[in-house]
Amino acid sequence: MTRNLLGSAATLLVLPTLAVAAAIGPAQIAVLDRYVAAAKTQPGYAGPSTERGRAFFFASHAGGKPDTPACTSCHTVNLTGPGQTRAGKPIDPMAPSVVPTRYTDAATVEKWFKRNCSDVLGRECTAAEKADALVFLLGL
Amino acid sequence: MTRTPYLPLGVAPVLAALLFAAPLAADGPRLAPVKDPVVAKECSACHMLYPAGLLPARSWSAMTADLANHFGDNAELDAATAERIADYLAANAADKARGSGEVLRGLAPTVVPARITELPWWTRKHEKRDRVTPATLARKGAKFKGDCKACHEDAERGLFDDDD
Repeated sequence: MTRNLLGSAATLLVLPTLAVAAAIGPAQIAVLDRYVAAAKTQPGYAGPSTERGRAFFFASHAGGKPDTPACTSCHTVNLTGPGQTRAGKPIDPMAPSVVPTRYTDAATVEKWFKRNCSDVLGRECTAAEKADALVFLLGL
Repeated sequence: MTRTPYLPLGVAPVLAALLFAAPLAADGPRLAPVKDPVVAKECSACHMLYPAGLLPARSWSAMTADLANHFGDNAELDAATAERIADYLAANAADKARGSGEVLRGLAPTVVPARITELPWWTRKHEKRDRVTPATLARKGAKFKGDCKACHEDAERGLFDDDD
């Protein structure tokens, strides 16, 4: 019961944002809800924010590696177009409207958060930061 | 019993494979491509897929034991996937697989090269012939000198022709 409430609450919070993104399906909502539920363990958490997510994604962070101060170092600022790894390999566009399989697999999403937060911020991202980034990206 | 002038059935495909697999002017190594789909997927997410026969098992072991510090990037994986990759690379490494002997020529058994470009064989093949100058790399669109595919377009299939 508690779990269901958390899940549906998270979905309701983000629904207005995601209503415009026709490509978003239940798998992506489930991935997002996991992070929102984890963030809710912090007192006063009011749900993910597209604006905070956008700012986080475009910000130049301190603490990471010099070559990759921002998410945009590899993903570029055009998130409907391809990015490029440091080794020169193309990265699929981040926008799920372009790549519908984006953010449908929890393990894949967590794998890249773990690696990229380490490279860009020099630490793990919090559940709230991941929820913000995801809710922003899901709207693309 | 009639003797047929034709080759036994089993030999023909082998001959054909040899014929087509052997580029005429090449004397670069011909290595097995990565066949494990998980290894192929994970090890080609950020860079070209390097055949396991390009490094000795001791190099792969050192690399897969420290994926959080992978040439300046964090390439951490869950334990099960990391172990599968480590096992595959070690089992198919240059000192285990057939056809890789050339790659290890001149390498002291005590040395654990971190990169293919640290192998004496690689240096002999490339640097002495001036093939990886910054100008050449830029012209070929290679991000770094270990970006084999920029010049050897079949590198992921294990083919490294000299005239590429």
